[in-house]
Amino acid sequence: MSASTNNLRSPLGRARGLGSAKEGLHHWWAQRVTAIALVPLTLWFIISVVRMASGRTDFGYWIDSPINAAAFIAFIAVAFHHGAIGMQVVLEDYVSSHGTRIASVLLVKLVCYALAALAIVSTLIVCLGG
Amino acid sequence: MTAPVKVAARPLSPHLQVYRLPLAAILSILHRITGIGLTLGTLLLTWWIAAAAYGPGAYRMATDFMASWPGLFIMFGFSAAAYFHLCNGIRHLFWDFGAGFEKPQYAMSNALVIVGTLALTFISWLFVFI
Repeated sequence: MSASTNNLRSPLGRARGLGSAKEGLHHWWAQRVTAIALVPLTLWFIISVVRMASGRTDFGYWIDSPINAAAFIAFIAVAFHHGAIGMQVVLEDYVSSHGTRIASVLLVKLVCYALAALAIVSTLIVCLGG
Repeated sequence: MTAPVKVAARPLSPHLQVYRLPLAAILSILHRITGIGLTLGTLLLTWWIAAAAYGPGAYRMATDFMASWPGLFIMFGFSAAAYFHLCNGIRHLFWDFGAGFEKPQYAMSNALVIVGTLALTFISWLFVFI
């Protein structure tokens, strides 16, 4: 508690950008935004899969609808992002070695985003390729 | 000096091997476990849509696997995990706003999460088979 009395910066100004959190709020907020988006998207996707599995609709017919295709691409993008940042939290909590932690978070994120790219491109091929 | 020290029979700090987790704690760790499971499940999702892009043969192979007994078992777990993570995730969003931390409130939300997961999973599979 020896803050210099002739320092004109406010305590908040000194604290900003310091500490362990730094960019933490963005990560926390992104997790919440993707979670809220996933509530309707997941329910819609499960209903779609149930309708396909029970023969109430057929995959080709379902994916040919632009609304379904767009919602599916949105679902993939949001779900993989939510999964990637969620796995990051789990790994940061349980992997104690610094190097292994960074490597495993990077690996999981790269795999998640690569799978998301594959799934989105596949959806576009199915929709546009006929 | 060497007389045995009398140890008072006071509770020790909880240890996972001897401490019976309260229901809320079991649901909390289940949130992480289902989150990891759902992230792994995205491999299945990607296989399904990528197979659709590859062609009818690959797509048939994917859907045949999902309709097989091991496939149905995985899909059942996938659906139950998704519904649990969804229900408990909605509860987390309420907690983020500072709501629902009183004991009767989280006892109620514990029950809602469990009943909601079981009911939604049961209804979904009912619709698959009828």
